[in-house]
Amino acid sequence: MTTLHPISLTVNGQTYERQVEPRLLLSDFLRHELGLSGTHVGCEHGVCGACTILFDGQPIRSCLAFAVQANGHNLTTVEGLAQSQTELHPIQQAFWEAHGLQCGFCTPGILMTLVPFLEENPSPSEADIREAISGNLCRCTGYQHIVDAVKLAAEKMK
Amino acid sequence: MKPAPFDYQAPHSLEEALALKAQYGDDAKFLAGGQSLIPAMNFRLVQASLLVDVNGLPSLDFVREAHGGELRVGALTRQRKLERDPLVARHAPLLRETMPYVAHPQIRNRGTLGGSLAHADPAAELPVIAVALGARLRAQSMRGDRWIAVEDFFKGLFTTDLAADEMLVEVALPALPPRTGTAFVEFARRRGDYALMGVAAVVTLDGDGICQQARLVYLNAGEGPVSAQQAAGLLRGEKPSASVIEAAAASAGDEINPMGNVHASPDYQRHLARVLTRRTLTLAFERAQQNRN
Repeated sequence: MTTLHPISLTVNGQTYERQVEPRLLLSDFLRHELGLSGTHVGCEHGVCGACTILFDGQPIRSCLAFAVQANGHNLTTVEGLAQSQTELHPIQQAFWEAHGLQCGFCTPGILMTLVPFLEENPSPSEADIREAISGNLCRCTGYQHIVDAVKLAAEKMK
Repeated sequence: MKPAPFDYQAPHSLEEALALKAQYGDDAKFLAGGQSLIPAMNFRLVQASLLVDVNGLPSLDFVREAHGGELRVGALTRQRKLERDPLVARHAPLLRETMPYVAHPQIRNRGTLGGSLAHADPAAELPVIAVALGARLRAQSMRGDRWIAVEDFFKGLFTTDLAADEMLVEVALPALPPRTGTAFVEFARRRGDYALMGVAAVVTLDGDGICQQARLVYLNAGEGPVSAQQAAGLLRGEKPSASVIEAAAASAGDEINPMGNVHASPDYQRHLARVLTRRTLTLAFERAQQNRN
């Protein structure tokens, strides 16, 4: 049995304190310890992008970090996007309106990739958008409606 | 899959980190960005008794200019920072040009320069760039520190000159001579995937436009970053032309030693190397002629 390490971190504005085994992946910590199951786990080797979250504001793969490394850091997951239970984030709204998802498995990771991307690139070209989501695999949509949704989101966020 | 159990330490000083590595040697691994190490642990290809997390050592995260226009980069510098840092763009445009090819932004936000070099994956871009630019690498241990020339650093598949108690702490990229052009091109089936083939070119012209110096370095072309020395030799003393470039490209395709994989046979990789060498050299010579780096 390895030692448990105490960690304290902020997720979606809320502070959590937990004891974690070093080998616990950040993705599993979010889902199983905090019950934030919006962060999806696909490949667990950094290819699919489904587990993308914001780590101090920057998108990372939560399957390629250990929970113990999040000690003292500020995380945002897909649950932290919408301002309230009734109002979606503009990117979520755009994905709904433009049919940017089918099964929805990849959607949380794509949304979390896009938040900082659209903040930095308020008027992205289609090529920019495709480049930005290149690290997120979607096996349903063929990406066309995702690209449309991102264009719509950019309009909404202006 | 989940990693096998391990102990974890997150030291707050370099000395502490080096003391742990001195104590545990090969049983301990440094955890920097973890973007290669953690997947390998998830698949249980790697099992370490102890991870020494160096992310709490900000003294290893820097980009600065040293004397003579040399660029000094701390080993813990994130790849995303290399992509965006104005000093990198000015001093090492080849590094800047290559960064967007390194996996995806989500990976580059965590992945570090030192981590990629110490991992020594033959399919990775950063070792190729280090060789192409003639980098020097500083290794530190409790015994002291030493600079390693990049030619002596990479020792084969996932193997470097670093001893069990050493940490790669800093990378120095020398200033490029005037009339030098650099370029990097790779081919991957999908953006951000490991490339099937890639090549960095660094060429220097003299005042008459004759090629004085040339380096061609390939990824996925052998057991480490592979320098095509015969091909580079065909360029030296020549005025850049389509036929000179063609000859070098043909030679490089023969000279490298790609191992093939599920997506590409060695023959196809050699073919890619010829095509990419042509494109990369054309760009690098154009840039050298424009005196633009």
